[in-house]
Amino acid sequence: MHLAYPVVLAALLFSVGVYGVLARRNAVLVLMSVELMLNAVNLNLVAFDAWLRDSLHAGQALTLFTITVAAAEIGLGLAIVLLLFRARGTADIDRATALGDPAESLAAEETPTGAEALKGQAAA
Amino acid sequence: MNLALPVLVPVLPALGAAATLATGKKAPGLARPLAIVPVAVSAVLALVVALQLGTGQTLDAATRLTPTGGPDITLALHLDGFSSLISVLVGLVATCVQVYSTAYLKQDPRYPSYAALVSLFTAAMFLVVYSGDLIVLLVGWEVMGLCSYFLIGHHWESADARSASLKAFLVTKLGDVPFLFGIFLLGADAGSFRITDVLAAAGEGKLGHPTLIALLLLAGVAGKSAQFPLHTWLPDAMAGPTPVSALIHAATMVAAGIYLVARLMPVFLLSGAALVVLAVMAAVTMIGSALCALAQDDLKRVLAYSTVGQLGYMAGALASGDREASVFHLVSHGAFKALLFLAAGVVIHAAHTNSISAMSRIPGLRKRVPDAYWTMGIALIALIGLPPFSGFFSKEAVLTAAEHAAKGEALTNGLGPASAVPQAAGWIVLISAALTALLTAAYATRLFLVAFHSPAGAAAAAPQVLPAADRATVVADHEADAPYSPELDEADPGSTEPPAMRWPLWVLAVPTMGFGIAGLRSDWLPALLDGGSLRPTGVTAVTGTGLAVVGVLAAYGAWRSATARLGTGRPAPAAAGRVPGQAGAPAAEVIVADPGRTLLGPLFGPARHGFGVDRLYQALFVRPVVAAARLVRFLDREVVEGYVQGSGIGANLLGRAVRLAQTGNAQTYLSALLAAVVLLAVLVAV
Repeated sequence: MHLAYPVVLAALLFSVGVYGVLARRNAVLVLMSVELMLNAVNLNLVAFDAWLRDSLHAGQALTLFTITVAAAEIGLGLAIVLLLFRARGTADIDRATALGDPAESLAAEETPTGAEALKGQAAA
Repeated sequence: MNLALPVLVPVLPALGAAATLATGKKAPGLARPLAIVPVAVSAVLALVVALQLGTGQTLDAATRLTPTGGPDITLALHLDGFSSLISVLVGLVATCVQVYSTAYLKQDPRYPSYAALVSLFTAAMFLVVYSGDLIVLLVGWEVMGLCSYFLIGHHWESADARSASLKAFLVTKLGDVPFLFGIFLLGADAGSFRITDVLAAAGEGKLGHPTLIALLLLAGVAGKSAQFPLHTWLPDAMAGPTPVSALIHAATMVAAGIYLVARLMPVFLLSGAALVVLAVMAAVTMIGSALCALAQDDLKRVLAYSTVGQLGYMAGALASGDREASVFHLVSHGAFKALLFLAAGVVIHAAHTNSISAMSRIPGLRKRVPDAYWTMGIALIALIGLPPFSGFFSKEAVLTAAEHAAKGEALTNGLGPASAVPQAAGWIVLISAALTALLTAAYATRLFLVAFHSPAGAAAAAPQVLPAADRATVVADHEADAPYSPELDEADPGSTEPPAMRWPLWVLAVPTMGFGIAGLRSDWLPALLDGGSLRPTGVTAVTGTGLAVVGVLAAYGAWRSATARLGTGRPAPAAAGRVPGQAGAPAAEVIVADPGRTLLGPLFGPARHGFGVDRLYQALFVRPVVAAARLVRFLDREVVEGYVQGSGIGANLLGRAVRLAQTGNAQTYLSALLAAVVLLAVLVAV
């Protein structure tokens, strides 16, 4: 089989995964997109392993590692999403921005530091 | 000789100082014994060392302190007649001053730190005197300067004391910088900092730049010993407590410069130019300070200018090549000037003022302080130089030295050829010393008469003599335009002469009266020193004494005529001719019959203000420095700080911009990441 088929398929899968990660709003679907990307990588690894006729089959071995890691990652990820849903009642990733530094809180927090700076200058 | 004894002499007061400082707060009762005992023991040890050493002997001991790569620095001890004589003087005066201070500063809350500093000073002075290494000597020299700074500023509540202490420190440091370079140059030329090696090198003519070395060292000597261009700190230093003035600013520290030149005399003899410079310096100092002393109103400032003048005498003797006469005068002056200051302290406590014109209005002052009155009289006669008191002999020794130098046969006592001293130096010193003898007699007489013998003070009926309007001026502490260095006075006027203040006076009065005899026979004092003659010779003795008598009589006559004018109510002509702007004031000034005003005439005003040297320095040095400081402050505040603050503000703004990117939406971050990866990939690929 020509190498182009699995590689193109992997590229398509990866692109779909990227699109999903960047554009989906549901956290579960984002995780699924991540899985798609990982599997695209797996497909590449297997395909190149076969094409290069690697006597050690490093590609296949690495694929097994990736599957294990992906399983662990999805386990953790789903647990986090579950906790997020329990706490917020939603799994919408656009609304989980608590770790951000939004502009409105910036203005509110700026005033006291500004006053302090002024005081420091006066003392100096 | 057991080396422990001379080593203990400087160490004991230093330990005493440390102990006083450590226990001063917790056990104030211990402060007095801890102040007196180590210094007194050191004084006794210094005497024992001097006696054990005997005459004509020297003792050298050294241990290497630190390898420097160049000439080594050694902890060296050098004892000879000069050092043992001066160490005995230092011990005597320091002990007297410590005893005196227990009474003088009885109510002072800062007595322990004061006593510790005096002890530390004594240790440093002993170190200077005993040291056989120039660098170790410099250490003692600087510690003395530091103690002087602290002690002048003892009453730091008053602005006068603060500025005076700063002035003393800065002016002496101004001299110490060239002094340090002089020592380095001397060490480099001689290949050693040991004084014995340096002198040996000087004897063999190995010193490459004798004139430069001598001039650099003279700058330090001028600063420490208050000679002409750098003398201005000493009159202001009188803001310190009076015992400190007696110890540091009359008897010991200011004499350290003279002692140093005496120790390094062979180096100075190599350079005729330096000797002429020293002679000119001494001459200007002597005459100028004597004129100033004649016009001062502050008792301690009179004595300070007198000290400056007497140091000029010593410098003059050195310029004439005779270090023996110089050290002779140093020791006798140390005794009588310390006595004068201590007596002045008693009088100031009794009168509650430093101003002699104010003292003259206090009825019966001399009956309240009889001991101070008598001892001050004795010391003033010694200062004037009338036989048989010590001042006569030592001053005659100086005049004799100058006379011999003027004739071209300087009394170098084997330290160098007589021709090493230029005749010009001898003439300059001789003429100015004779003139100063006259002026000294005049101001000493004026001081004594105005302070103690004023008719207003003598007559019990003084208040009736004075009209009511003038009585208000009696309260006025001192004449308005006179420079004045007041000292905070917390004494109890009830006990003006406690025993602790009276006995040191009489102890010091003994050498004041008798020390001069020691120079009479060549196997007494001269044998201890260089072995030359210290006997007064006929011509100078007659001239010097005659001039002194003339000075006394002139001052007495002027005082009598001023007093008579005062009695008839006619204002003194000099006072009437004063600035019209002060027309209201003369009434107050005429009350005091001041012979200085009559004797000096138009010179009186400038002399009272030290001939404007201070004002000149103010314009020449202080103002440019202040302006430069302002410029530096501007550069720091506006330019340097602008950059510092600018970097902070810039980082802040940048941070604010970066903050905008942090939305909290993980997908936005990932999009940015992807975009960046693609960009990098494209860049790498292309």
